Amino acid sequence: MAQVLAAASAPLHSQPVRTRNRARAFFRELSKNPGAIAGLIVLVILVLGAIFASIITRHEPNIINPPDRLQSPNSEHWLGADPFGRDLYTRLVYGARVSLPVGFIAVLISASIGIVLGLVSGYYGRVVDGVIMRLIDIMLAFPGILLALVVVAILGPNLRNVMIAVGIGGIPRYTRLVRGSVLSSRELLYVEAARVVGVPDRKILFRQILPNVVGPAVVLSTISIGSAILSAAGLSFLGLGAQPPDAEWGSMLADGRQFLRTDPWVTAVPGVAIMLTVLSVNLLGDGLRDILDPRLRSQ
Amino acid sequence: MLRYIQMRLLSAIPVLVGVSLISFSILHLIPGDPARILLNNMGSGAAGDSSDQAYQNLRAELGLDDPLVVQYVQYAMNAAQGDLGYSYTTSQPVGSTILNLLPSTLQLTVFGLGIAIVLGVFLGVIASMYRNSWVDSLTMMFSLIGLSMPSFWLGFILIDAFSFRLGFLPASGSSGIRALILPAVSLGLMAAGVVARLVRSTMLDVLQQEYIVTARAKGLRYRTVVMRHALRNAVIPVVTVIGLQFGALLSGAVITETVFARRGIGRLAVEAILSRDYPMVQGTILVAACGYLFINLAVDVSYAWMDPRIKYR
Repeated sequence: MAQVLAAASAPLHSQPVRTRNRARAFFRELSKNPGAIAGLIVLVILVLGAIFASIITRHEPNIINPPDRLQSPNSEHWLGADPFGRDLYTRLVYGARVSLPVGFIAVLISASIGIVLGLVSGYYGRVVDGVIMRLIDIMLAFPGILLALVVVAILGPNLRNVMIAVGIGGIPRYTRLVRGSVLSSRELLYVEAARVVGVPDRKILFRQILPNVVGPAVVLSTISIGSAILSAAGLSFLGLGAQPPDAEWGSMLADGRQFLRTDPWVTAVPGVAIMLTVLSVNLLGDGLRDILDPRLRSQ
Repeated sequence: MLRYIQMRLLSAIPVLVGVSLISFSILHLIPGDPARILLNNMGSGAAGDSSDQAYQNLRAELGLDDPLVVQYVQYAMNAAQGDLGYSYTTSQPVGSTILNLLPSTLQLTVFGLGIAIVLGVFLGVIASMYRNSWVDSLTMMFSLIGLSMPSFWLGFILIDAFSFRLGFLPASGSSGIRALILPAVSLGLMAAGVVARLVRSTMLDVLQQEYIVTARAKGLRYRTVVMRHALRNAVIPVVTVIGLQFGALLSGAVITETVFARRGIGRLAVEAILSRDYPMVQGTILVAACGYLFINLAVDVSYAWMDPRIKYR
């Protein structure tokens, strides 16, 4: 009798334990990948720096100070000063507040719209699928930054529109990925059973099918953040994103390009920051992909 | 094969229509009236009866008073004949402006792609041959850095090193092969990282196949097995990615042309957006998207040529 009671109550008690064990196993797997750990540490430092920017800096990021113009790194300006005399270290730290979220928000836009389109397209099929996939084909005809250029041309050049533009550019990859998974998931027995007992389509899509297809989408998101940060920095570099005097790494690089020969640190500081961030995101993304989707594990 | 090409060409038509629709919509989705923008750009935005008359005349001339469907059909028919309208800023025909700059952008993209293929395949093959060794780690780290580095910053580093310090190559300009080297390297390195990672991965798959073991058992040298047997079979997925990378390079040219002050349609598109020259924006976007569409078609067709096992029905 006691055994029966214990067995009956086991799932209730073991649920949090199982979750905790799974989280522990996840971090144990992650800790085996030194690249992913290095990436995570750099990202945590960058995020903390962005949050506590006002505490860890001594200057104002946007106030012009002509006497300090183009100073090389010294005790007052650790990473030097830009052509307007603004402290580069301060602008770098405040720039993280802009450059980091841009990548994450753009990927969030791509993932949320792309996943919904993929679910609907794969589940309903026929005309709906045809229309959505032709739309995706058209979007895919605009490679990389070109679709973002169309969106910026229509909405106008600013940082918010760059996030939207880069986000829209990423939609087709999610739609194609999720549609493929939905096509196989919708034939599963429990999905058919749910349909037979009259569960509404919306519930089937989001409660039964979505959990099955969300894994690969999460993997895609982790490896897309880096390229989203690069695209957004590129658009800001072209003058289509963050507008002066806001500190953003891409536009900081553009500010320093006239002084490349005489004062190379003005471009080196934001350049290293972008590369280090994207490299960290890519390393972490590779590590997460290996854990979350062993089928894609790099050999 | 011919039937497959016909089918692929037919399936490209709805996409072409969609691309032209998006390009056409740019002028109608922008805030404000195109005729007013054009008048402002020409410096005739003052109020008054004469400017009102000029505004009405311009709207009629641009066909903006017609229904949208009529406007689109007119736009598509003109575009099919190479007439993409006139630039708001220079008053030059958009079609001929793009045609003049297209060879420069194509030259840059093709050269960049060449660098990406040669370097990417070389690094990928080396990494797969020395799997899990320091050579593998070093080449993969190099490709990851290539993927993570902003091409515009890489451009600056190359200019600083090879133009300013060593004086080997020009820092900017569009004429001659010497002016092409730095922009093409800056454009191609990122794509080389993508190609290297993929070549390594597919090579590792192929190297585990039985026919490779057989070739090795026959006593063939490892290098011969890799180059003659494995690489040829590993190259098909790589061609797909190379097709996609062509698009990435085409859009990367937008930034590279700006960094190296090189004339091309990428830089033209950015300048057009910043100066609100919408016919030029429409034209550059339309030409780039159509070019990308046909490159992908060419990639699809090339599969059959490379792998006779692939039969298109």
